Amino acid sequence: MNFHPGAFIDSLYYMGVGMLGIMLVIGVIIGITVLLNKITNKKSDKEQTQNHE
Amino acid sequence: MEILYENLLKLEWQQIVMWAIGGILIYLAIKKDMEPTLLLPIGFGAILVNLPFSGAVTQIVDGAVEEGALSVLFDAGIANELFPLILFIGIGAMIDFGPLLANPKLMIFGAAAQFGIFFTLCVASMFFDINDAAAIAIIGAADGPTSIVVAQKLMSKYLGAIMVAAYSYMALVPIIQPPIIKLLTTKKERLIRMPYEQKEVSKLTRILFPIIITVIAGLIAPASVSLIGFLMFGNLIRECGVLNSLSETAQKVLANLITIFLGITIATKMQADQFLKPETLLILGLGLVAFIFDTAGGVLFAKFINLFAKKKINPMIGAAGISAFPMSGRVVHKMGQAEDPQNFLLMHSIGVNVSGQIASVIAGGLILNFFS
Repeated sequence: MNFHPGAFIDSLYYMGVGMLGIMLVIGVIIGITVLLNKITNKKSDKEQTQNHE
Repeated sequence: MEILYENLLKLEWQQIVMWAIGGILIYLAIKKDMEPTLLLPIGFGAILVNLPFSGAVTQIVDGAVEEGALSVLFDAGIANELFPLILFIGIGAMIDFGPLLANPKLMIFGAAAQFGIFFTLCVASMFFDINDAAAIAIIGAADGPTSIVVAQKLMSKYLGAIMVAAYSYMALVPIIQPPIIKLLTTKKERLIRMPYEQKEVSKLTRILFPIIITVIAGLIAPASVSLIGFLMFGNLIRECGVLNSLSETAQKVLANLITIFLGITIATKMQADQFLKPETLLILGLGLVAFIFDTAGGVLFAKFINLFAKKKINPMIGAAGISAFPMSGRVVHKMGQAEDPQNFLLMHSIGVNVSGQIASVIAGGLILNFFS
């Protein structure tokens, strides 16, 4: 085990790309989930109205 | 007569230290109720593998290899990541994504609370080679199976220490998180109320969600596809509505069986010569750094969002993004109630907590993409 302070700076690249990657993936998942909720809720609303009729 | 005490004379002080460590883990599991399902088997295993010429682990005796049951189990279930992945099916079957699906925006806090992983990666890289640093950093995923899979895939030499740190800190979430949350928030912020609007989540959404997540995670971070895939498979079994008996088995019998073997098998990496090193102490310290910065990342991100949001968010819920499901969600809820008994944050904090579970697996996948 050695101490290389410079490695901290070298690894910042992974921190940047990693956090950006997670934010992007989760952003896409949020978008799709919102869309999914809208589509499936519309469908169930329609089904409910048809049942009432 | 000599045969009776021959082995006793081969006992080394390092092995006795490991018995003490095993005893402490058993004590914490039984007396303090800290992750007993894992700390107890790990503690007992630590004693078992640290007996001189223990038959539980593979040994070379008089030039001949004598296979030990725990080493065989390690090769069969951990070296190939099978046990943690199967455990993920059980965990997936236990998780209700309902609160998250009702308010998907909460997922962003799960992502922010993975900051500790990447910060720890930078700190650990000063002391360890980059693969070991990455394996240590993933302690911050606050998720045992992810830590095992990543450490094993990156062929880390420190699997035993990483596992002990991961599971111990998960159990210590109620002690680690509150002071950090208090340090980073004002009383006024902790008092912010977040009314919960009950929203209907359709069955179709619940079924499609695990499938879509698997596809997205697999496309972006292919190394994470087994992790996220097994988790989501378990959830699909739960939500499909036609496999209730399988879902129950996955949640209880399967998860329990794997947990028994997982804990005791991990102990094979706790033999004195591998475990009693200064690096182990450093890994324990770095694990704590990961948990602290995960919590800080979630809380500070929520405070940042509050700068722009019309409806203010209680920044404490950001801390639940650390994963450690469901403990972290409960800790935040309890802290909210301690400030104001009428403040009911549970549904929000559990939503963030569940998103932390997904985000930590994706973080594990990204780490594997970088370094494997």
